[in-house]
Parts: sequence; structure tokens; C-alpha cells
Amino acid sequence: MKNARNNRLLAVFLVAGSVLLSGCSGGILDPKGQVGVDEKNLILIATGLMLLVVIPVIFMTLFFAWKYRASNTQAPYNPEWSHSNKIEAIVWTIPIVIILVLGTITWISTHDLDPYKPLEHDKKPLEIDVVSLNWKWLFIYPEQNIATINELVIPAGRPVSFKLTSESTMNSFFIPQLGSQIYTMAAMTTKLHLIADVPGTYNGFSANYSGSGFSEMKFDTVATSTDAEFDKWVAKVKAAPAVLSSQEYDKLAVPSEGNPVAHYASVKPGLFDDVVMKYMQHHGATPFTDQKMDHMSATSMHKHAEHEGHQATAEESMNPAAMPAETMHQEAGE
Amino acid sequence: MFGKLTLDAVPYHEPIIMITLAIVAVIGAALAIAITKYQKWGVLWHDWITSVDHKRLGVMYIVLALVMLLRGFADAIMMRTQLAAATNGAEGYLPPEHYDQIFTAHGVIMIIFMAMPFMIGLMNIVLPLQIGARDVAFPFLNNLSFWLAVAGALLVNISLGVGEFARTGWVAYPPLSELAYSPGSGVDYYIWALQISGIGTTLTGVNFLVTVMKMRTPGMKLMEMPIFTWACTWANVLIVASFPILTGALLMLTMDRYFDFHFFTNDLGGNAMMYINLFWAWGHPEVYILVLPAFGIFSEIMATFSGKPLFGYKSMVWASGSIAILGFIVWLHHFFTMGSSADVNAFFGVMTMIIAVPTGVKLFNWLFTMYHGRVQFTPPVLWTLGFMVTFSIGGMTGVLLAVPGADYVLHNSLFLIAHFHNTIIGGAVFGYLAGFSYWFPKAMGYKLDEKWGKRAFWFWQIGFFVAFMPLYVLGFMGMTRRINHTNNPDWNIWLYIAAVGGFIIALGILSQLIQLYVSYKNREALKDTTGDPWNGRTLEWSTMSPPQFYNFAVDPKTDGVDAFHGMKKNGTAYQRPGSYAPIHMPRNTSAGFIMGMLLTAFGFGFIWHIWWLVIATFVLTIVTLIKRSYDNDVDYYVQPEEIEKIEGEHLAAIQQQSLLKA
Repeated sequence: MKNARNNRLLAVFLVAGSVLLSGCSGGILDPKGQVGVDEKNLILIATGLMLLVVIPVIFMTLFFAWKYRASNTQAPYNPEWSHSNKIEAIVWTIPIVIILVLGTITWISTHDLDPYKPLEHDKKPLEIDVVSLNWKWLFIYPEQNIATINELVIPAGRPVSFKLTSESTMNSFFIPQLGSQIYTMAAMTTKLHLIADVPGTYNGFSANYSGSGFSEMKFDTVATSTDAEFDKWVAKVKAAPAVLSSQEYDKLAVPSEGNPVAHYASVKPGLFDDVVMKYMQHHGATPFTDQKMDHMSATSMHKHAEHEGHQATAEESMNPAAMPAETMHQEAGE
Repeated sequence: MFGKLTLDAVPYHEPIIMITLAIVAVIGAALAIAITKYQKWGVLWHDWITSVDHKRLGVMYIVLALVMLLRGFADAIMMRTQLAAATNGAEGYLPPEHYDQIFTAHGVIMIIFMAMPFMIGLMNIVLPLQIGARDVAFPFLNNLSFWLAVAGALLVNISLGVGEFARTGWVAYPPLSELAYSPGSGVDYYIWALQISGIGTTLTGVNFLVTVMKMRTPGMKLMEMPIFTWACTWANVLIVASFPILTGALLMLTMDRYFDFHFFTNDLGGNAMMYINLFWAWGHPEVYILVLPAFGIFSEIMATFSGKPLFGYKSMVWASGSIAILGFIVWLHHFFTMGSSADVNAFFGVMTMIIAVPTGVKLFNWLFTMYHGRVQFTPPVLWTLGFMVTFSIGGMTGVLLAVPGADYVLHNSLFLIAHFHNTIIGGAVFGYLAGFSYWFPKAMGYKLDEKWGKRAFWFWQIGFFVAFMPLYVLGFMGMTRRINHTNNPDWNIWLYIAAVGGFIIALGILSQLIQLYVSYKNREALKDTTGDPWNGRTLEWSTMSPPQFYNFAVDPKTDGVDAFHGMKKNGTAYQRPGSYAPIHMPRNTSAGFIMGMLLTAFGFGFIWHIWWLVIATFVLTIVTLIKRSYDNDVDYYVQPEEIEKIEGEHLAAIQQQSLLKA
């Protein structure tokens, strides 16, 4: 009876174990790009290093408890012993050494894996502007002048440089198999550099809860095997009937859930910057034609950039000179 | 007249809520009838509600914690079953607007209204006894703190039947928690529940810091305080330093929501990142506030049940101190993915992992407390051993999350959920449950049934692993937190296993309820006649169980950390002094209870914009406080005859016990 139960238990563990191994596909332990690969290796190294202490501690806990159980009168008993400089020295040294090593790894890897740092690669990165809306993702391809909803297509083997913001609530842009995630925040831009080394379709979603439609805030990331295939997709999007104007964007900004994939053949120039600047309008950001106001906005922006530093790189989107004229007129008109 | 409050605020259309409310109403009515029948209203009022006795307040805190544990655990079971049901694109039985309230309430309740009252309850019962004090420094303030905690808990529970709770997650990050995206009453319930109870917690921190500084028995040095007292003292330092940050952050969010301020809004120069920083500047120390006292509990238990002093007492004190200080400079690791520079992220990552050093030292010290000892496997020891194994894993995953490069892919995933439950359940909750069974005889006068205690431990321990190890796997598989439903066949099995784990933990909680019932029934057989059921080492065990209301007839004389152990060894324990001096004691007061109830109504008025209620209750609260301040009849003296009688009973019981042994 007991044996049968044990066997059943064993079977459950075996099944669970095999599911674990096969089930890793699609997650962060099955990376398809350099950033993800580096992060996976970092996780494995750090875990291995810590197991060097954790396994002995667990073992010693169980062993000491068993060996010095009250019923074992054979074991030595020192009812007043409570201090040993030698043991103290060892128990402080071991964790310090481990943390020294791990701390060094952390310092180096954090700089290597800085999401803001462009990837070292022969190819020029593809630029994509990302806007999180309640509850969908807008991807703008400034060079191609196209945009999509809930579909991200990139060529495999070419770095991608993301610039991200949010229309409203905070989200986190995350494609687990490609690596790092980054927050999207309204009135601010963040940056992220990723690459897909292997062609395929990968899950992307928001990793920061943003309200009731959050669970469906997902998109497919398609890494095409060739640049030509990517160009073909761009051409297909360019043939789409819809264009992303300010009016069309305002419609998108209305909360909706489970949006289907949508394509826009062209995008109003400077739309991404408009979204970032939207909340700055009461903040001296308009009109840009007015010299005095212009100065004011620059100061306030500068202040922002200083306060938030790296957390929200505002300089590009907030530099009026860098903005297309049309944006300025648009904003001045409002 | 009633502000925004209308009958529509009651969720009639939600069967789950209506059934829950019906059950609560039935239980409440049954309790009221029972109290009336046995004529206990007077006892309830005079001995408990208005009591300023730290031991009774401690018991009431723990009752509050256990009630809220049931509420928070019901939320947990609903989440696990929803996620097990809502796979392969199914919607499950909880739509987002309800589910999102549940995970918010679960977090708030478990941290603020379960763990905190449990910790503060144990501290209340034990700390003054351990330092040979007759009460805390400010007994009325202690009573007020408790009723402020109750006020917060009441508001959370009222939100179940009137309006809604926040749908923001327990962190309530703006801009989601701003009026623009959360126009309902939920975030307002959140704000006022946390605000009112948080002020109570700050007052508790002040109270116990002063108690430790000023109320130690004459001659007891700081470095002779029992280790649990030290652990609580560090936690109180953290409370006093960090809770005002929460108060400030919530106040700013209140200004945003009520008075059109723009601290954290998207527009007009507001910035949500400020809130997120402030929240975690409180939130990270908060987890050490929870876990440091638990570490203290494990230390006491290991020493007592190994029959040895704690190994490395000084090491433990300074390890706790460094954890407390480092705990203040690591908050940014909660948002490495916000785009801080590599230098900033790396700094906070390294600072975080440095905390693993003192924590690791603690684990080794517990190990070497067992070494060359005689370990008795009582339920408190089982909890401690279970903690040491479980927490080692939780600590490891925590250090992994402190590596920014790893956090970039693990942040907000179920891996994170598994990690913090691993440390909060495996660390704090196991500690409180260990302390609960360890000090139960001291507080109640009889021991807990061991058999059911061991069953409870094993269900909890196994249930914990079954419920949370799958979440580590799901985190690696890329599942993020706060999702309402999933559509990934690979995840299903793990979601099912996790749900089963939740039910195993439920059996653990059930075992504890049975344990309480069985122990109460057998209380005569389990009676602790001497006040020292475990051959304890610290001063609390030198008193009766439950202790004399004045704790100590004469100030105990201590020599070293294990003061009571020393007395027993030298034969100076249980000595009858030549004569007793009158003891100065504080009188009970209803002011704390009245202010707590007024502030509940104040919060409720604010939540529903019932301004006359806000003004009236605010004025009345201040009036009550002033009236109490001018009350000169707040203390009395216990006369030597009464002390003589009580002490005589205790000493007689001890004598009888030693005769029985001999």
C-alpha cells in the first residue's frame, strides 16, 4: 500500500520533471537572441555560484538536526558553548567571498546588458518606436514610415533599437525569448536594444499590470529569416488601406481590449514625439513658434532630464529643433 | 447627504460577494448571541477592548491577524483556482474587474493586516516581559495603535460590501491609481485603510523604541537584551524611519485624487516615478520589518529547544543591525527596468546582495546553535527547520533577482511571486507560527496540542512547495504576474499543481483551527502550571502563564542574555522577597477604541465624499484626544496584599511541580 503510493508519487515527479524540461521552450531559458542568451547564462552562473552555499546549508540543517536530536544521547552535548571565533570567522568569510565574486559579476554584467546601450553589430540597427496604449501596442517604423498594432516584425540577425513611451498607464515591453524588458511611461521615453538571432515567432506582452484589459495586451514578434522577407512585409503594410493620422491615433487612444492586428500604410510625421509631448503642453511646451516659450520649454525639459537622468531620456523628443515643422504647427494650433 | 454613496455601491449582482457577506453576517450574529447569552459583553469591554495591558493587546492583534489571514487566504484560493480554470483561452469564473480587486486585496491584507498585526502582536506579548518591564512606555498609545490597525482592517472589509477595492495591485502605482484611470472608490479605500493603520504602526514603533530604551529592568544592558527583543528593536527603528515615507506618499496621492494636485499625474508636470521611489523607500524596509522579528523568534526557539545559548549572540545583533541599515539603500531593485543607468542599477544590485552576507551568517549561527545541542522536535522547532530549508532557497532566488541582468527577464514574472512568497511565507509567516506555538502557553495558560501542530506544519511546508515551486518554473517560461487568464498549453500543468498546493496549505490552516479547538477543549490537561513549560532561558518564562497583570512583582535582576536560565542555575529563581512594594499601573481607557471607530467613519466619509461626516468625526477625534489628555485619573497602585496573594499562588504551584518531579 505504502509502496504503491510511493511509486505513484515517483511517477508524478517524473512526469512533472519531463514536462519541466520540455516546457522550457518559449521562455527565458530558451533565448533566441544575443541579449537573452547572455541573460540566461548570467542566471545559470549566479545560481550555480549560490548553490555552492545553499546546498551545504540545507544539508547541514537537516544533518545537524538529525545528529543532535534529543534522543541521540551518544552525540556530544555542550550546554554552555555559544561562541567560537574560528567558526565566526568562517561563517562571515564564506558569504563575503561569494558576494564579492557575484558582486563583481553583477557590476560588469549590468554595464554589458544595459538596455540603453546599443548592441555591437555590423548592421545598422532597425529603429522602432513603441507606444503602449490601453490595452494594445503601437509599433511605429520611422524609416519605413509604417505602423502596426499588436504585431512586431523584425529581420533576424539585425539589431533593433526601440524607443518607447506610453499613452496613459505604465506598462513593460517584454519579449521573453529576446531578453530584457523595459517600462513604458507617459510623457517620457525609455530605450531598449534587442536582437533576434534565430528566425521565428515569439510572444511579446506587457509585463506590468495596467488595468482590466492587461491580460490581452499581447503581440506576436515575427523575426523574418531574411532582410528581403522583412522588406516584403513592409511593402505589404504599405499597401494597407489605413493611414495613421492624429485622428486615427486618438481613436486608438480610447481604451479597448483584445485588439486584432492592424496595419498603417503611413504615419503622421512626428507622431511618437507628439505622444511624448502630449502631457507637456501645459508645461510651457507650446507654442514652439514663440521664442520666449521656446526657451521656457527647453529649461523645463532640461530640468526634467536632469531630475530623471537616465530614467527618462527626454532630450530627443523634447528638443523642439529636432521636431518636424509639422508637429510644431500642429501643436501651435491646439 | 451621503456624498457619492448610493445603493448602487452594494454589489448585489456578485454572488460570491453576497454569499461571503451572508456568511459573515451569520457568524457575526452567532457571536453576538453567544456573547449576550454568556453575558460576556462586560468582560469584552473591560478586560479587552479598553485594556492597555500589552499582553491583552498582543492577543487581540493576533486574533485580528488570524481573521485577516482567513480573508487573505480566501483571496489566494480564488486566484489560484481562477488561473487553474482560465487556461487555453477560457475565461474562468472571475472577470478582470473582480479578479484585479482580489489580487490587490490579497497583497494589502496579507502584508498590512495579517503579517504586521501578527508581528506586532507577538512583540506586544513578549518584548516587555523579556526586558523585565511592567508594560510598554505608553500604554494608552499602544491601545490606540491597535484600534487604528482595526480601523484600517474594517475599511478593507467594508469595501467588500460597499463599493469596491482598488484594482491597481497592492503597490497602487500611479498613473493607474490616479483619478483618470481609477475613478471608483477602490483606491480611496486603499489609501485610507493604509493611511490610518500606518499611523498606528508608526506610533507602535515609537512606543516600543522608548520601551526598550527606558523600561528595561535596572541593570539590564542593551547587549544583554534577549535576541527577539533586539530583532524587534531593529524592526522598530525601520518602522519609525520608513512608515512616515508611506504616510507622505499616500498623502500626496490623496491630494492628487481629492484636490486636483499633480504630484504623480501624467500631466501638469506630475511624475509617477516619484511615487514608485517613495513607495519602495517604505516598501523595502517593510519586508525587513516583517522578517527581522521572525529571525528573532527562530533564534529564541533554537536556543531553548537545543538546550544551549544562541550561538554568536553579538554576531546576530549586528547582523540584524546591518540588515536594517542596508535595507534602506536597496529600494531601487524593485524597478531595475525603469531605465536607470547601468551605474545606478549595478549599485543597488550590489547593495542588495550584500544583505545576503548578514543573512547567511544568521543561518550559520542557527546551525551552530543546534551543534552539540539536544534538539527537541517540537512544532516550533519544526517551523524553524522548515524555515531554514525554505528560506535558503528564497534567499537565493532573491539574490538572483538582485542581479539587474537577470531581473531584466525575471522582473514582474511569476518567478518574482514565487521568490517573495518563499521569503515572506518561509521566513516571516513560519516565524510567526513558530512564535505562536512557542509563546501560546505564556499568553493563554495552556499549551497547544502537539499532534495537530505537527500536522499543520507538514501541510504548510509541503503545500508551500507544491504551490510555489511551479511559479518559479512558470516565471522561467515567461508568465507574468496579475494575468487574469492564459492561453499557453505548456503552462497548464504548473497552474494545476500550484492550485493543488493552495489546497494543501488550506489543510494546514484547517489543522491549526482544529489545533486551537482541541487545545481549548483539553486546556486542563495542557495547562501550564509553572509558567515555564519549555525550560525557557529568558525572563518571560519566569512569570506565571498567563503572566500576572503587573508582569513582575519586583524588578528582576539579570546577568547576561539568558537571564532566567542563569537564575535557575544559580538557584536564585522563584525567590520570595521579604516584602512587596506597591506597583504603579495604568488604568484602562476607552479613548483608543472611540478614536479608532471615529477614524473608521472619517475614512469612510472621505472615501464617499460625505464631508459632514469627515468634519464631524475629525473634530470628535481631536476632542476625544484632548479629553483624554486632561484626564488625571489614568493610573493606580496595586497594593502589596494583592501582590502577595498572586505571587503566593505562583510560588505554590512551582513548589508543587518540583515536588511532583522529585
